[in-house]
Amino acid sequence: MKKVILPVALMIVLLIMAVHLFHRPELPNLNHLQLQQQFSVKPVASVDHTQFEQLQKDFATPQDVTEACIDCHNERHKEVMASSHWNWERISYVEGRGIERMGKQNVINNFCIGTSSNQQSCSKCHIGFGMSNDLFDFNNARNVDCMVCHDHSEAYIKGTSAAGYPDRSVNLSQVAQSVGRPGNINCGACHFSGGGGNNVKHGDLEMALLEADRSVDVHMAANGINMTCVDCHEAENHKMKGTLYSVSSTHVSRLSCDDCHSSTPHNDRMLDVHTGKVACQTCHIPEYAKVNATKMAWRWSEAGHLKDGEPYAIMDSMGREVYLSIKGSFEWATNVEPEYVWFNGHATHYVLGDEVDTIPLQVNRLLGSATDRESKIYPVKVHRGDQIYDPNTKMLIQPKLWSDAKGDSAFWQDLDWHEAATAGMQEVGLPYSGEYAFIPTEMYWPVNHMVSTKDESLSCADCHTRDNGRLAGLNDFYLPGRDRHAGIDILGKLMIFGALLGVVIHAMARFIMAIRHKEIESQDINY
Amino acid sequence: MQKVYIYKQFERFWHWTQAILILFLAMTGFEVHDSIHLFGYENAVVYHRIAAWMLLGLIVFSVFWHITTGEWRQYIPSFSKLSAQIHYYTFGMFKGEPHPTHKTARNKLNPLQAVTYLGFKLVMAPLIVVTGMVYMFYRTIDANDMVVVSEIPLEWIAWLHTFGAYLLLMFVIIHVYMTTTGSTPLTNIKAMLTGYEELEDTEASHSVIKKEDPHEA
Repeated sequence: MKKVILPVALMIVLLIMAVHLFHRPELPNLNHLQLQQQFSVKPVASVDHTQFEQLQKDFATPQDVTEACIDCHNERHKEVMASSHWNWERISYVEGRGIERMGKQNVINNFCIGTSSNQQSCSKCHIGFGMSNDLFDFNNARNVDCMVCHDHSEAYIKGTSAAGYPDRSVNLSQVAQSVGRPGNINCGACHFSGGGGNNVKHGDLEMALLEADRSVDVHMAANGINMTCVDCHEAENHKMKGTLYSVSSTHVSRLSCDDCHSSTPHNDRMLDVHTGKVACQTCHIPEYAKVNATKMAWRWSEAGHLKDGEPYAIMDSMGREVYLSIKGSFEWATNVEPEYVWFNGHATHYVLGDEVDTIPLQVNRLLGSATDRESKIYPVKVHRGDQIYDPNTKMLIQPKLWSDAKGDSAFWQDLDWHEAATAGMQEVGLPYSGEYAFIPTEMYWPVNHMVSTKDESLSCADCHTRDNGRLAGLNDFYLPGRDRHAGIDILGKLMIFGALLGVVIHAMARFIMAIRHKEIESQDINY
Repeated sequence: MQKVYIYKQFERFWHWTQAILILFLAMTGFEVHDSIHLFGYENAVVYHRIAAWMLLGLIVFSVFWHITTGEWRQYIPSFSKLSAQIHYYTFGMFKGEPHPTHKTARNKLNPLQAVTYLGFKLVMAPLIVVTGMVYMFYRTIDANDMVVVSEIPLEWIAWLHTFGAYLLLMFVIIHVYMTTTGSTPLTNIKAMLTGYEELEDTEASHSVIKKEDPHEA
C-alpha cells in the first residue's frame, strides 16, 4: 500500500506545485483600462467664438480672419510659422547627407512627383494663402491659414488651384466663429486625399475613418473609443507629434504606440518580449485600405496617349480611374497585406539633383537591419511605379505638370514631356539634357493607422510558419518555426528513420532466428 | 531465479516522469519547429516552456538522488566486457547465446548501457538543456531594456537544440526497443514499472531478495 501511496502523493504535490507556478489567471490590463477612461472624456471648448465681437463681421479676405485670430492669440502665429505644416520642410541631420533642409520643395514622391513649378495647385494643402510659385513669403503672418485646421463649421474648403486660398463660396464670418480644436475632417481634408483622391497615397488614412467601426480602426471607431487625430497627434504649441517617412528623415517628434501603451502592453511575457524587435503595427495592422482602395502603382510612362486626338480616362468596374492620359496608368487594391521591413526611425530620400544609383530607384529608403539594435520590423505600403528621368544626367526630372492654360509647357495641358521637363528643371535650377526616359521607382509608406481589434490581429503562426508566412521576405535573421538548418533536419530524419529501420531489422532477425531455434529444438526432441 | 528489488521508488518515478516529459517536449518542440501541428503554435510554445521547467526541476532532484545514493556509480563504464556485449546484440542473441553479463541490484546496467546512459547524461542532456536555456533566455533587448543574451546568434542555438532533439528521439527509439531484449520481451518494462525483476541467483543479490532496500525506509 505504502508503495502506491507515496508516489501518488508525490505526484499530486508536484502537480499542485506546477499548477500554482504556471497558472496565470487573466489579469485586468490596468494600463488599457486607464487609457479607455482617459479618452472616454472628450474635451469641451473653454470659449465660444461666436460671442467674440471681433469675429462678428464680414471679412473681405481670409487674411483679415488671420489678423482677427492674431489679435487675441498674439503669439500663436509664430508657433505655426515654425512648423513643417507651414514651412513644408524640416532641417534635420540625414544619414549620408549631413544637415539638410528637406521637404516638399525638394523631395520627390511617387505620385504627382513634386510641388516645384506646380505650387498653384499643390498649395491647396498648404496652411497658407497665396503660395502660387516659389516666391512665397514664409515670414508673412497674415498668410497663415488658421481656418483650415480649426474650422468646425465644415463649410471651409480650399479652392482648386487657388494657391491655398479658400473657395469663393466660403462664408468667412461663419467659419471664423466656429473655430475650435481640430477635428478629423480638418486633418483629413489634406491627409486623406493626398495624391489626388481619397486614400490614394497612404492606404491607411481615408474618409472611412470619419465613420469607422472597430473592425476598421479600434481607436477612431465611432462605436468604440471614438478618438480624434489630435488625441494622439498632440500639438502642444502647434508642434505636431508624429512623422511620416515619405518626407521626414529622422525620428524627431516621432509618435509611437508606446507613448500611451508602453512597451509591455500585453499582460503576457512572451508577447511583450516581441516589442523589442517587432513594432506594434506589424501584428495589429494585418491589412490596410480596409474600406476604400489605395493606389499601389502609378506608371507615368504610359501617360500621353490620345483617343481620337483627345485625352481620355478608363475606369474599372468599381468606378476607379485606371488610366488617365494626363497621369498614366494606375493599380488599386483593397484589404492589402503590408510588406515588412526593418526600420530604425531614420530614412533617406531622393532629393532633386541626386544621381540615380539604383534601378528601381527608391525615392525614400527606410533604414535598418536585423542586427541594428534600434530597428524593428514594420509594416509598409510599397508604392511602385515609374517616373521621368534624364538618362544623360542620371537625374529624375521634375516636370511642370500644372498650368491653368495650354501653351505654358504644363504636361497636364499640352501632354508634351519634353516641354514639361524643360520648364520644370529650369524652375528648380537643374540641367536637362533634352533627352528623357522612364525608370521604375518605389516609395515606402510605413502603415500606422487602421489598427485592428485584438481578435483580428496577427497570431503567432502568421509569421512562425515554414512557408508563405508574413515575414517570408525578411530573411536576415533566424525566425523560429520558419527557419531551420536543412542539413541538421535531414541528418535528424536519417537518424530517426535509421534507428527505426535498424530496430525493425533487428527484431525481424530475432524473430526468424527464434523460430529456427524452435524448429531445431523440436527436431532434437523428435529424434 | 529470484525476485529482486532492483529499481527504487524514486528511480521509477524519475524515469517515467522524464519519459513523459521528453515525449511531450518532443511533440511541442517539433510544433515550434513547424514540423507537426498538434496544439497550435502559441500553446506549443507555452507548453514547451512549462514542460522544460518541470524537466529542469526533475533533473535537479535526480542529480541529487544519484549523488546521495551513490547510484551514479552505475554509470561508470567498464570496457572489459563492452565488446562481448556488442557481440551479443549483433550476433550472439540470434544464436540463442546467453547474456554475457549478469544484472544485479548493484550492477544493473550492462557495459553498453552504462556507456550509452553516460553519453546521455554527459552529452545529449547537457546539449539540449544548455541550448534550451539559452534559447529560453535569448533576448536582444527585453522589455526592461536589459540585454540578456544577444551575442550568440540565435540560429546556432536553435540548430544545436534541434540536433539535440533528434539525438534524443533516436535514443528513445533504440532504448524502447532494447527493453524487449530481456528474458521475455516485457521483462524489463515490468521491472521498471514494479521495481522487481527475476534475476539469476548471484551472490550480490542475496541481501535484497524479496525485501525492500533497507536504505529506503
